[in-house]
Amino acid sequence: MDLIDWSRAQFALTAIYHFLFVPLTLGLSFLVAIMETIYVKTGDEKWLKTTKFWVKLFGINFVIGVATGLIMEFEFGTNWAAYSWIVGDIFGAPLAIEGIFAFFLESTFFVVLFFGWDRVSKRFHLTSAWLVAIGTNLSALWILVANGWMQFPVGMEFNPDTMRYEMANFWEVIFSPVAIAKFLHTIGGGYVTTSIFVVGVSAWFLLRGRETQFARRSIIVASSFGLFASLFLLLSGDESAHQVAQKQPMKLAAMEGLYEGEGRAGIVAFGILNPDKKVGDDLPEFYGDIQIPYALSLLGYHDINAFVPGINDLIEGNEQFNIMSAGEKIERGRAALNDLSAYHEAKKEGNTTAASTSLKAFDANQSYMGYGHFSDPLQTVPPIALTFYSFHVMVGLGSFFIVLFIVLLYLGMTNELLTTRWALWITFMSIPLGFVACEAGWIVAEVGRQPWVIQDLLPTMKGSSALNVQSVQITFWAFAILFTALLIAEIKIMMATISKGPHIAEKGDNHV
Amino acid sequence: MFETWELLWLQNYWWGIVSLLGGFLAMMLFVQGGQALIPALAKNEADKTLLYNVFGRKWELGFTTLVLFGGAIFAAFPLFYAVSFGGAYFAWMILLFAYIIQAVSYEYRTKKGNIYGSRTYELFLSINGFLSPFLIGVIISTLFSGGAFIVDDANLSHWTIATRGLEALSVPFNVLGGVSVVLVSRVLGMLFILNSVREKNLLESTLKKLRIEIILAIAFLASFALWIFVVPGAAINDTTIIIESNRYWHTFLDHPIVLLMPFVIGLGLFILGGFKGKKSSFWCGIAGTVLMVFALLMATGINGAPFYPSYADLQSSLTITNSSGSRYTLVVMSYVSLFVPVVLAYIAYVWRSMAKPITHEEIKKDPFSY
Ligand code: HDD
Ligand code: HEM
Ligand code: HEM
Repeated sequence: MDLIDWSRAQFALTAIYHFLFVPLTLGLSFLVAIMETIYVKTGDEKWLKTTKFWVKLFGINFVIGVATGLIMEFEFGTNWAAYSWIVGDIFGAPLAIEGIFAFFLESTFFVVLFFGWDRVSKRFHLTSAWLVAIGTNLSALWILVANGWMQFPVGMEFNPDTMRYEMANFWEVIFSPVAIAKFLHTIGGGYVTTSIFVVGVSAWFLLRGRETQFARRSIIVASSFGLFASLFLLLSGDESAHQVAQKQPMKLAAMEGLYEGEGRAGIVAFGILNPDKKVGDDLPEFYGDIQIPYALSLLGYHDINAFVPGINDLIEGNEQFNIMSAGEKIERGRAALNDLSAYHEAKKEGNTTAASTSLKAFDANQSYMGYGHFSDPLQTVPPIALTFYSFHVMVGLGSFFIVLFIVLLYLGMTNELLTTRWALWITFMSIPLGFVACEAGWIVAEVGRQPWVIQDLLPTMKGSSALNVQSVQITFWAFAILFTALLIAEIKIMMATISKGPHIAEKGDNHV
Repeated sequence: MFETWELLWLQNYWWGIVSLLGGFLAMMLFVQGGQALIPALAKNEADKTLLYNVFGRKWELGFTTLVLFGGAIFAAFPLFYAVSFGGAYFAWMILLFAYIIQAVSYEYRTKKGNIYGSRTYELFLSINGFLSPFLIGVIISTLFSGGAFIVDDANLSHWTIATRGLEALSVPFNVLGGVSVVLVSRVLGMLFILNSVREKNLLESTLKKLRIEIILAIAFLASFALWIFVVPGAAINDTTIIIESNRYWHTFLDHPIVLLMPFVIGLGLFILGGFKGKKSSFWCGIAGTVLMVFALLMATGINGAPFYPSYADLQSSLTITNSSGSRYTLVVMSYVSLFVPVVLAYIAYVWRSMAKPITHEEIKKDPFSY
């Protein structure tokens, strides 16, 4: 593996770790605020105990989210220095705004939420709980504005003198449709993951016959919240796919393992990819698959007849649908890069006419400039199997969660929760699945964007710092060891805290 | 309003904000300074736990300030962000590791199931308590002594020494800077204990230690400042970068109100707070620290001077003009910066509402205590 691979591996490792903790922070902060509101409204001490129990788990998770987030913030500079300079204007701005608007809100009011029970008034405490929830979700907004921009760069101009992209329209950056879709979908993922976590933990209590009233109450609150969030997730996921189809057709093709483009394209509900399949050959794409007819055209373009380009169309071009081949884009990109260096030569020599001719020539092909760094069209294809399977794992789990929440709600309403042990076991075993779905989603979004770090503008290989590979190897292993050790500690502490329970003694509980 | 500002003004304004954030970052190091002193100050378990709880309610703010400091540099001076973080890779990475272990330690130290044991987390806090201020001091010092980088025609940067930032430790001036910040952070930590604890024996042992360490801190700070004032430094002459003798002294004299006054007042407040050792001295101490660090950082870059000299290639040195983001971004971010006072206001409000001294009884009762 070379420098780029190690840098990617390190970024992926730290991002995946960070996002193990983010979903619970996003969801629990809201759940806690809701529960505390119920407590303040009803004055029922049981709700206070319930709130405090989840606040404890929130805190254990929150601190490690903060620890891993710090690395994400600085890694753009340490490992992607070229990237940071080339787009720092645009990408750095939301990150700084996130610091001012979101992180301070979280970290200031977190202290009140934790230690303020007897130090501030009830109302102030409740307000703090809501501000923490708002702060965490705002931080998601800004980071997803930044990430959305990498998927669909808007609101900027290339400055040929400084050789970098500069922000031209702030509103376009923050109201980018991709950013909005991503924000809604990602916080939805956080809520669903949290709901699964809460019902899973509650199911464990029911299986042990402890804290049964608390657990039943939590299951009903969390599965209603979860069901609602799941439907929201489905809608926002559909919107995300719609955006991907418009803006990143290659990613969509990889998500579906679609080589030959077609109209009225179906979605593969289940499939095993043929690992020998190469771009441009005649081998079948799947060993076996089950399709939902028309669904892909519908999902991607909201039109069952729409043509969905496949990988072959994007690589080889397709005149009928006006798709330029990757080879031609590379040619044009090279021309753009040549004109750009001619412009710089001319400027150095003080030849203004030559400079402005080169600049004009450059402008004509500017939008393909990124492609000029590649030598072979096949380099523009992302890893297909990883993208395909991740996407299917995410969507599959999303469908499963909907069923699970409906079953739990039904059993909760009919008072059969305690007696339906198989459902409780499934619920308990599902705790990790929300996290799996979230990570799978990120893999779709990030791996599916490869080989670009900024779609169509900057190839990943051009974004890294000029480091030697050993330096990155050292930090990669250091992160791997430290984060794994901390994750183990976190899980152990979570389990110890859960097994202590909220201590709400009620009728029908086994005593412990 | 910001649209009408000259570009250099915007750049100065942003260098001012970065310097101020640097000041706040240094101020928040009182948590580190204090937490490193806990093993020495606490005579028994109860006192130790009390002190961990005193500082455990403040660590987040320092963390967040570090994050905002990074974000502000990223947006306003992207070339600095790229050159420094990507270049002095190991210096920053070790600093980040030192912060990571702080984040979990307070929360996990006494929790059931924390498989590595309380001692491990206390060790983490001690390491963080020393390493963070030391490395921040060293890194601030390199703004005066320089780094080993080359910026090429496309503004991409390369570091010329394989130790990637660790070589800064072989420069005595940088080490002096690092130790000075460590000592300052310890003084501030002790002042915070005096401010927020009411247990008699803790107050006594803290005061005793403060009496010694304030002298050390002042001695180191003074030598650090003197060194800065007498050494030659990188300056700008038209568009070329030159080495000028007494460069920083001249800069301070040229800007008596923005630089000299804050520095002198800051130093004075810090000394006053440190010698008084009263409940309210903490406020003197932190205000003094913010002012001093602000003035020092501001002096490096003001009006387009090279704030990050390169000793590998003098002409590659970074100035606020050659490393800044575009005008548009600076304007947008300047509007955003108007929100900073609001943040400071609610932090101050929350700080006050939570200020009641923490007692042994409260910690025993409170299931949330660390
Ligand atoms: C969808 C949400 C989301 C996403 C995609 C990310 N984060 Fe995050 N981040 C959060 C949501 C979040 C959070 C929920 O707000 C956290 C998690 C735990 C916490 O305390 O706040 C957080 C914490 C957190 C912190 C610590 C804040 C503090 O000191 O209080 C930093 C510096 C970052 N993040 C930075 C990043 C960067 C640079 C990311 C991208 C590369 C990133 N995060 C992805
Ligand atoms: C926290 C959730 C995230 C996860 C789990 C995640 C996952 C990943 C993964 C798996 C990769 C490696 C892809 C590959 O090289 O094959 C990657 C790369 C990358 N991602 Fe993300 N990502 C996350 C959030 C973000 C966000 C929010 C941003 C931008 C703000 C971002 C920016 C990048 C960059 C710059 C790279 C490195 C270049 C690259 O390898 O593509 N990521 N991420
Ligand atoms: C129910 C059907 C679902 C659909 C149709 C769907 C669709 C999508 C799509 C198309 C993307 C890629 C967006 C991009 O590349 O820019 C994505 C990403 C993502 N998904 Fe899903 N998803 C579903 C369920 C879920 C579930 C159940 C979770 C988690 C509990 C989840 C969490 C995520 C996350 C965290 C991302 C990465 C952030 C982003 O790009 O928005 N998704 N999803």
